[in-house]
Amino acid sequence: MLRYFLRKLFVYGLTFVLAVTIDWSIPHLMPGNPVLTLMGRIQIQDPKVAQHLYAHYMRAFNLDLPLWKQYWYFWVSLFHGDLGTSILQFPSSVTSIIVHAAPYTLGLLIPAILLSWYAGNKVGALAARRKVLDNTVLPLGYALTATPYMWLAIILSWTLAVIWHVFPVGYGYDPTATRGFTSAFIGSLAYHWFLPFMSLFLVSFGGWAIGMRNMIIYELESDYAHYLSALGAPQRLIRKYAFRNAMLPQITGLALSLGAILGGALVTEIVFSYPGLGYQIYRAITNEDYFVIQGIFLFIIVGVLVANFLIDIAYLIVDPRTRIGMAGGGS
Amino acid sequence: MSSAPPTALATPADSPQLETLRGPKPMSSLREAVHFALGNRKLVFGVSVTSAMLLFAIFGPLLARHAPLTYEGGLGLAPTTHDGYWFGTTLQGQDVFSQFVTGLRLAFIVGALGGGIAAGIGMLVGFTAGYRGGVVDEVLNMLTNVVLVIPTFALLLVIAAYLRVRGIMTESVFIGFTSWPWAARALRAQTFSLVSRDFVDLARLSGRSSWKIIFREIAPNMSSYLFMMFILLFGGAILIAATLDFIGLGPSNTISLGMMMQLSVQNAALQLHLWWWFLPPGLAIMAIVGSLYVMNVGLDEVFNPKLREM
Repeated sequence: MLRYFLRKLFVYGLTFVLAVTIDWSIPHLMPGNPVLTLMGRIQIQDPKVAQHLYAHYMRAFNLDLPLWKQYWYFWVSLFHGDLGTSILQFPSSVTSIIVHAAPYTLGLLIPAILLSWYAGNKVGALAARRKVLDNTVLPLGYALTATPYMWLAIILSWTLAVIWHVFPVGYGYDPTATRGFTSAFIGSLAYHWFLPFMSLFLVSFGGWAIGMRNMIIYELESDYAHYLSALGAPQRLIRKYAFRNAMLPQITGLALSLGAILGGALVTEIVFSYPGLGYQIYRAITNEDYFVIQGIFLFIIVGVLVANFLIDIAYLIVDPRTRIGMAGGGS
Repeated sequence: MSSAPPTALATPADSPQLETLRGPKPMSSLREAVHFALGNRKLVFGVSVTSAMLLFAIFGPLLARHAPLTYEGGLGLAPTTHDGYWFGTTLQGQDVFSQFVTGLRLAFIVGALGGGIAAGIGMLVGFTAGYRGGVVDEVLNMLTNVVLVIPTFALLLVIAAYLRVRGIMTESVFIGFTSWPWAARALRAQTFSLVSRDFVDLARLSGRSSWKIIFREIAPNMSSYLFMMFILLFGGAILIAATLDFIGLGPSNTISLGMMMQLSVQNAALQLHLWWWFLPPGLAIMAIVGSLYVMNVGLDEVFNPKLREM
């Protein structure tokens, strides 16, 4: 069990170092002086502003130092929580932008991931080898899981918000409301949260339902299931065992799917102008605000690594084989 | 399936499904396979929809009467038979039909290239790790796990943001280089199960080179599996590309389905009810990817008799 954890931690550590290195090296790998490139793209007319910005960039990238020192300082400032300053939203620091945007993204992602996983597994398990239910769940699941996140968001926004006015078209809350822990403001948050949440929930729900349905069919066709039914065990019991076994790959799948649903959250936020990380990254990309892009990337990496670790712990609890050190384990 | 988006973005659901595929079953005869293939409604449906979309992608651009990026038509015209604006025009007067078929072509190119590259790397890593074992396996496994854990979509985003000129090729290569890990892992497991079989030992005794054994003895025994893997990677690559394009990191100087959706949202097409602008691109992606997934399940049932509906 300790070995299992140490291996995992080693992979996560390696991934983190690699990701930070990539994040640091991309501006350096681009041909030419990255600062001049950046300056050229921003196209500032006022020479005074340009000079100031140039100095700022040189300092921020530490370009006057030897390469290894630049790399070292990147790590030092990273551990001080310093990710640079936004150009677009000057003088906000990238850290403060992330701190303000992250709750919206996490508030969408965490419920969407957990609820879609739970509901998808339940519905998929019910549908397996049950003709009538399967005939609706299967096509619906495939349609949902093949839908690009932003398109479902576009459809929901166009029908429910623009045409029928049931939900707001966008933004995180009603801009006229006063912010604070009042029931009115929390209600406004929830009201604006619902449609982006639903787009994320529905697409990943389809994937989980199909995955579980297929897994249960594999399990029901396996030897132990046949043996149980030959013994005359009730169908309910067999399905229960099948469900437990089918659960393990679904937990592994949860870790694997994080990246996809994360991408989904980013584009969903763009459709709804929802003030989370996706919307910030979109603004940063269209305005070439590179520190924000790089900072959000690092935040995402850390978030995904933490989530992976939590899923590992969950796996450990669910699968006894991992605990006593036998093979087992998804990865 | 890693990130991607939209995993993979092959769907999260598909990798476990692949992983549990037991050892490949040899087909008893080609005729039997064809019989079950034609009788499988899922497979027939998947193949027909995909082929229809592919034909549309090949011949559609020949039918378009306007260039995809020129501003020739009326502004925000609804679909009409007049003057060849079958899918209407954008807010700026570009021909939506022409954009749509161009985007459709790009989607198939990204799918084939991105999926192909990912399948190639997945095979290289998976076969080598499974066949060699030992230290090579440890190192490759570590590499696979690292790429699997990295949210590759976010990585693509950072890299693409720094590229000045983005082409469909670079996009496909990046997608291919980040979406192979689950395939490699599944193939490694499959290879492990085959390596200890007698026929592989026999081939080793005959003194053939490792790569010959892998490609002549091992790979043919999982050809159905490899094909299904490619299908999933193909669909995944299309979804990832659409997501990237939607964020504004699509190829320069052309138009893709993801970029159509981005531009329509940016230009308030939803509020203006220009549905002919934002409905077709998403619907096309859904049709292609969905039919690929359905085709995959159909193939699974054809190759694995246990799964056939009773």
